[in-house]
Amino acid sequence: MDFPILTALILLPFVGALFVACLPSNRPETIRIAGMMTAIATLGLTLWMLADFETGKAGYQFLSSHAWFSDLGVRYTLGVDGISLFMVVLNALLLPIALLASTGVNERAKAFTVWLLVLEAALMGAFLALDLVLFFVFFEVVLVPMYFLIAGWGHGRRNYAATKFFIYTMAGSAFLFIGILAVGFLHKSSTGVLTFDVRVLTQWAPAGIAPTTAAWLFAAFTIAFAVKVPLVPLHTWLPDAHTEAPTAGSVILAGVMLKLGTYGFLRFAIPIFPAAAVKYAPVLLTLAVIGIIYGAIVATMQPDLKRLVAYSSIAHLGFVVLGTFALTRQGLDGAVFTMLSHGLTTGVLFLIIGFLYERRHTRLIADFGGLWRSAPIMGGLFVVTAFASIGLPGFSGFVGEFLALLGTFMGHRWYAVVAASGVILAAIYLLWAVQRAFTGVPEGDNATISDLNVRELACILPLLALSLFLGVYPKPALDRIGPSVKAVIAHVEKSTSYESPKFSKHSPILNEERMDHGSDEMEESK
Amino acid sequence: MNPLGVASIVTPGVDWLGVAPVALLALAAIGIVLQRSILRRASVAYPSALIVAAVGIILSAVALIAQWHRVQTDGSYTTLSKMVAVDGFSIFIGGVVLVATACSVLLASRYLDRERLDGPEYLALMLLSASGMLAMASANDLIAVFVALEIVSIPLYVLVAYDRRRSTSLEAGMKYFLLGAFASAVFLYGVALTYGATGSTGLVGIANYLSEVTLLERGTLLAGLVLMLVGLGFKVAAAPFHMWTPDVYQGAPTPVTAFMASATKAAAFAALIRILYTALGGSSSDWRPLLWVLAVLSLLVGSIGAVIQTDVKRMLAYSSINHAGFILIGVQAGTIKGVSSALTYLAIYAFLAVGSFAIVGVVAGRGDADSDLERFKGLSSRRTGLSWAFTLLLLAQAGVPLTAGFIAKFGVFSAAAGAGGTSYVLALIGMLTAAIAAFVYLRIAATMFTPAGEGDQVLASSKVDLGTGIVIWFSCALTIVIGVAPGFLLGLAERATLLFLR
Repeated sequence: MDFPILTALILLPFVGALFVACLPSNRPETIRIAGMMTAIATLGLTLWMLADFETGKAGYQFLSSHAWFSDLGVRYTLGVDGISLFMVVLNALLLPIALLASTGVNERAKAFTVWLLVLEAALMGAFLALDLVLFFVFFEVVLVPMYFLIAGWGHGRRNYAATKFFIYTMAGSAFLFIGILAVGFLHKSSTGVLTFDVRVLTQWAPAGIAPTTAAWLFAAFTIAFAVKVPLVPLHTWLPDAHTEAPTAGSVILAGVMLKLGTYGFLRFAIPIFPAAAVKYAPVLLTLAVIGIIYGAIVATMQPDLKRLVAYSSIAHLGFVVLGTFALTRQGLDGAVFTMLSHGLTTGVLFLIIGFLYERRHTRLIADFGGLWRSAPIMGGLFVVTAFASIGLPGFSGFVGEFLALLGTFMGHRWYAVVAASGVILAAIYLLWAVQRAFTGVPEGDNATISDLNVRELACILPLLALSLFLGVYPKPALDRIGPSVKAVIAHVEKSTSYESPKFSKHSPILNEERMDHGSDEMEESK
Repeated sequence: MNPLGVASIVTPGVDWLGVAPVALLALAAIGIVLQRSILRRASVAYPSALIVAAVGIILSAVALIAQWHRVQTDGSYTTLSKMVAVDGFSIFIGGVVLVATACSVLLASRYLDRERLDGPEYLALMLLSASGMLAMASANDLIAVFVALEIVSIPLYVLVAYDRRRSTSLEAGMKYFLLGAFASAVFLYGVALTYGATGSTGLVGIANYLSEVTLLERGTLLAGLVLMLVGLGFKVAAAPFHMWTPDVYQGAPTPVTAFMASATKAAAFAALIRILYTALGGSSSDWRPLLWVLAVLSLLVGSIGAVIQTDVKRMLAYSSINHAGFILIGVQAGTIKGVSSALTYLAIYAFLAVGSFAIVGVVAGRGDADSDLERFKGLSSRRTGLSWAFTLLLLAQAGVPLTAGFIAKFGVFSAAAGAGGTSYVLALIGMLTAAIAAFVYLRIAATMFTPAGEGDQVLASSKVDLGTGIVIWFSCALTIVIGVAPGFLLGLAERATLLFLR
């Protein structure tokens, strides 16, 4: 048997966390180094997996499966495919950066490092699990370290924000849990086997569950994932959690954790209930569009930089849901790609705001002004990041959102048209914030602010570089995402009467064959 | 015919192994009382009483294990003319009760010392109550259930009021006694009605009677069932018969609270499950709606009631009502799976409750009166280990995965999903109340991690003694071990249910 690399990905950060927990707490430097080593080792392992990942294959790779609690049909099954691959990579990439950015945390540094590593392990588990119950286990466990990160090292109303976050998500996952059990037991009553294996259920459920039941179960799954994304009526925990969380917490929360929701749609809700997904896609598309516009408008009005970015996350994740429920290959490509890209750019935004906060102890836009002149590198990088986040061509944000909009346009033209205005709104809220905070003549404390140091640059530059690279040359990512996404659409088409809209054969540039060979060429031709 | 020409009274055959666990505990209790009259000096009396108690518990456990092996090979059986059933179910519940009793005894030493209370009587009462619980777990006849119920309850009334210098303890004892006596009377009335309707108090006799008639058509029997449900609902602290729980849990000495939450609940649920499944198993569709309502009320009252409390002991009391609701989810499923999931839940909740109340007992300090949430403020900086242990136990009670609490909830929910229909609604309500209850647990956790300000009353140097330390370590270790590798416990519960005599 091969080396169980996926299990190692979960265990390594966890073991690292245990190790750090055993270190003496009066040696913060040792603790940081140990934490960092663990995070970097996990990143190395992830890169090894990425290198071994076979491009062009749709199915799960590095599969491993063991009995866990067998009487209840739960198995420990792990696997990775194009949809989860980059979430794993993103998780492994953001963790060392979050640790590096938190060297200023001196108060209870040990517990902080331990929780971050536990968070990484739990997120790895959630993205790798192929058993519904196992997924749920990690989905819930993720809440614990995040709760303690926010409540222990957050700002202002941290207890309120942390508790709200925990309860909100837990209430949402109540529905998911019942849904999971229902699917498992429906499978048992029709086939006699109790299993929660996604691969089995995905094949069985579309024909095995009555349409009405499937619609209810789809709703149960949707509520849980919609809280996590968050989709608009269920989003109110997010601005609080983001604003009060420490920088590292915000980076992971926005970068990786929110994607659990959209990932859940792609991996579980749509493949298991394809008919319901097709039928209720307009509802989710509408919510996504509302999220895009509402998030952007509310972001414009925020006086607090971090809250602004938090609302912008709602808008960006709206694009992901839009692309997902467009149920076209381009849309899904775009959704998965945006998940990756949003993690990079929003991560940088939160990092820079965190660095600003360390210097000025405020995040209010009104307190800043003229920072560009006193801290030119920070100003320059913030503007670049803002552009990347807006989705300027050349950055990864453009590729993802463009594909998502394109995919939506093919089937649901007017949703795409309205959603596209969100891109413009993004330019308004970010550039206006840049203008107020960074341009002009600095006064008072703003004039003497120090520029980014090497450590802070080391946090930001890799993410920005990656965003730029994927913006110019998205092929490596899309090649790996593509086959899995194609399989999802094929599965939906096979099990329902749905047919995803295709490009017309007569279109000279955008025809099927070119799309098959790689969307990157299309990007470059734009 | 003997020479006097009178038919000799045929005494029922006794299987001594079958009654050994109950008898050994009762003997230990009597032994403690006897030796107390010989050994007058407190410095000698308590340690020797503790030794007798330990021997009694261990011997009783050995007898249980012997029973388990016998039942494994020869199958379940009854003794004392079918009054006592010895099956996997009774042995499992017996094990839970014994572990909970052992933990409560461990907690007691330090408590009694701190409050300057007499020790030996306390231990005797606790063992006597525990012997009643073991009897209750194997009671196969309504009369036996009632007798066991009284053996459980009467020592408990005294134990709750044991701190006689503290008015809250006396008040709690009085409340528990009045309401408990009332509940016993209601239960007995239910037994009488059932006997009137079926002509039998044996659970099997009732089942035979019911195999020919429909439960819903027999008004007297139905009334009897409802009254018995009220009586047992009181003991398991299920809403709407929960009114005593917060007051009594708060007022009772903390080790007694731990004992009530873990052992009493398990024993009362054992009697409830046995009556429902053995006597009324055939008419499960008739009693399931009743339990459904009880479960929903317990879930809601327990979780919402906990939110508005400011005293940690009261919060945990309400959470115990909430947990009763979860166990009822398993019971109301009306399936074998439901029984085994309820057993698992009872076992897991037993050590979660014991561990939690152990910590509360440490924090509450001398006088045991002050378990207000304010007192937990800043606990993490003064008692890091203790606060983490409590956090772990609270998260487990909330049902966070990879802790034992998740396994417990997973079990009852799969039983509900297996039963289908309205059980899904119940399971959903259960999960949502779990989220509400999580608010309470997080509130306690967050308070512990909030630094204490000026003027906050802080914990004096009340040390964690060896016994309390063992209990806390034991419950935390089990929480994690069962959370990660539940196979052993699940397998045990499954075996126990398969050997359930019906």
